[in-house]
Amino acid sequence: MAKYQKPKTRSKMKTTPTHAAAAEAFLKDGERSHWHDDTLWHVRSKRDVAAQKIPEWENLRNNASQIKDYVLSNLDNLLLQFEKNASENGIEVLWAKDADEHNQHVLRILEENQVKNLVKSKSILTEECGLNHFLEDKGYDVVDTDLGERIIQFNKQVPSHIVMPAIHLKKKEIGDIFHEHLGTEAGADDPAYLTEAARQHLRQKFIQAKAAITGVNFGIAETGGFVVCTNEGNADMGTHLADLHIACMGIEKLIPRAADLGVFLRLLARSATGQSITNYTSHFHRPREGKKMYLILVDNGRTDQLGREDFRNSLKCIRCGACMNTCPIYRRSSGFSYGSTVPGPIGSILSPGMDLKKHSTLPFASTLCGSCTDVCPVKINIHEQLYKWRQVITKEGPSQPSKKWAMRFGGNVMSKPKLFDMMGKMARKSLTISPRGFIYNSFNAWGKHRELPEVPKESFKDWYRKNRKQ
Amino acid sequence: MKVGLFIPCYVDQFYPQVAIASLELLESAGVDVDYPLKQTCCGQPMANSGYQDYGEGAADLFRKNFSGFDYVVCPSGSCTLHTKDHIYSGKDNEPKVYELCEFLTDVLKIKNLKANFPYKVGIHASCHGLRGLNLAKPSEIMGVEFNKPKQLLEMVNGIELVNLTRKDECCGFGGTFAVFEEAVSVSMGKDRIKDHEEQGVQVITGADMSCLMHLEGILRRENSPVKVMHIAEILNGQVPKTQNQK
Ligand code: SF4
Repeated sequence: MAKYQKPKTRSKMKTTPTHAAAAEAFLKDGERSHWHDDTLWHVRSKRDVAAQKIPEWENLRNNASQIKDYVLSNLDNLLLQFEKNASENGIEVLWAKDADEHNQHVLRILEENQVKNLVKSKSILTEECGLNHFLEDKGYDVVDTDLGERIIQFNKQVPSHIVMPAIHLKKKEIGDIFHEHLGTEAGADDPAYLTEAARQHLRQKFIQAKAAITGVNFGIAETGGFVVCTNEGNADMGTHLADLHIACMGIEKLIPRAADLGVFLRLLARSATGQSITNYTSHFHRPREGKKMYLILVDNGRTDQLGREDFRNSLKCIRCGACMNTCPIYRRSSGFSYGSTVPGPIGSILSPGMDLKKHSTLPFASTLCGSCTDVCPVKINIHEQLYKWRQVITKEGPSQPSKKWAMRFGGNVMSKPKLFDMMGKMARKSLTISPRGFIYNSFNAWGKHRELPEVPKESFKDWYRKNRKQ
Repeated sequence: MKVGLFIPCYVDQFYPQVAIASLELLESAGVDVDYPLKQTCCGQPMANSGYQDYGEGAADLFRKNFSGFDYVVCPSGSCTLHTKDHIYSGKDNEPKVYELCEFLTDVLKIKNLKANFPYKVGIHASCHGLRGLNLAKPSEIMGVEFNKPKQLLEMVNGIELVNLTRKDECCGFGGTFAVFEEAVSVSMGKDRIKDHEEQGVQVITGADMSCLMHLEGILRRENSPVKVMHIAEILNGQVPKTQNQK
């Protein structure tokens, strides 16, 4: 762990709910958690079907992974190349070292251009930077135009999933939200009817908006252009109507050449939802006549992560969300239980790098089953990084004296065969003679819903001594 | 070929019948197998909890116990994986570590077994064996299907193997995860069991007793008639015992 760079502790909150506590709260409503699990499993299954149709799927993953490795190893030069080409195309390129600088750039652009109304298409980066609140506090009308994002914006929530931000809400709940905010009929939950209401509502907003903010899925160093993928065409609608387009991009979103794009586009939508490609794949290169285009390149902790040898390749992520859909813990605990902008397995390896204390329970919210690693289109070794974060957190995270003591004690017993045999015998004996209430109590988390194993009369070692080694 | 049998700590203490079945399977295949008596644990519980350093003593002891063997064979995918990843570095002078099923299929190349097991059986694919050791093709990975535990079970007379809806979903054991994330862990375990029950399974089997211990804990609490058995027991010709419920 030579290159390991100590993450900052940024949270002001004294205590953050652990993932386990938040998950337990979500699981109290068994029907909802099962519904959530089934819904996301369905998406994972669609991904499998889509991937099965591509004979070279595993090669594609290898290619994507290698291209991204190359990007991370040459990020400095590629970024400069990208900046140069984009500027020559007429895009104004800005750099932001953190969330605040990013938000200030956006504010300045809006002020300079006297814009008050803006539309936004989906961008996890702007969530990460808290842009909506920042601008709303300053009196701006920020409208998220992705349907899922608009729903949670009405509901004053943050996304619970990076691709399907409102996946935690049921149809009926969405109907209620629309009834309250858009005046649809009470109790109506027909998706076609609700979508039409949203469409009419958003049309107005698109027409009023003078600026459109989008995220960026891929920036292409060779051309200085960038690509935005959506299913609803809302990024295009926004940018085509508005006078200025502000694109916000994490510095890791680069790819070297236009020719590399095909590899990622074939993987992205299949991994995300099982579609062969997103409905809209929009290529932006330069502002149209009389219009302006800005591109903000955001670091916000990314170069720190790049400097951590064990964790750097988490930056290969193309935000497809497949690791969330496949994660048996995410599916049962929902995105909110992670308390971080990017939830699920990838969030659990990115977030500790942003704030170790606040996110210290996330790397433990996993059985290390490895499904995330196998599903990831860019082959990030997610579960191995979870394991490595655990090693860091026990040293540098919040202290857990009792756990630490137990582990040290366990390690000691395991290194001494005689002590191990004796402790084993004692444990088995006490389990046989103790009354049930002594074993199954509130201190025994195992026994809350599970029996302990039946105690055999002898250990294998005892048996072996008697039956094989005389 | 000298084989050292590594029996994980909790199997030694709570599931001696699994260790006996593993030993007998190897012996009946004519393998020169020994069980070093000073063994304890591979150190995985400490390491997976973030205290890898505290497992170093156990790892040193492990290397000492198994030096001089050509192979270490272990009836647990998870412990095998930990041993391969953290105790050995893959050098030529080290013993080669195999999980029991892969040792039977890949090294001994077993083609038939005498066992008889007239029951409806569901295979629980434990994650570390599945994705870490490649005991079978994980459902996420595209390519040709293979499944070593299944390949062995198919040699057993009378057995009926079922197809699960989610053939390789995690059961939620995860070591200390089972305790620290109790609610998610139990919910995952119950869902796994439901899948097996819906296919009419009488016995759930697998290559990792730890996952089966977790599932068994739930089954017994719920007084379910479904039993768990380690794959070594079935391959060695054992039949389900009647267990005490809670
Ligand atoms: S880590 Fe991999 S699977 Fe998860 S969102 Fe990123 S690219 Fe997709």
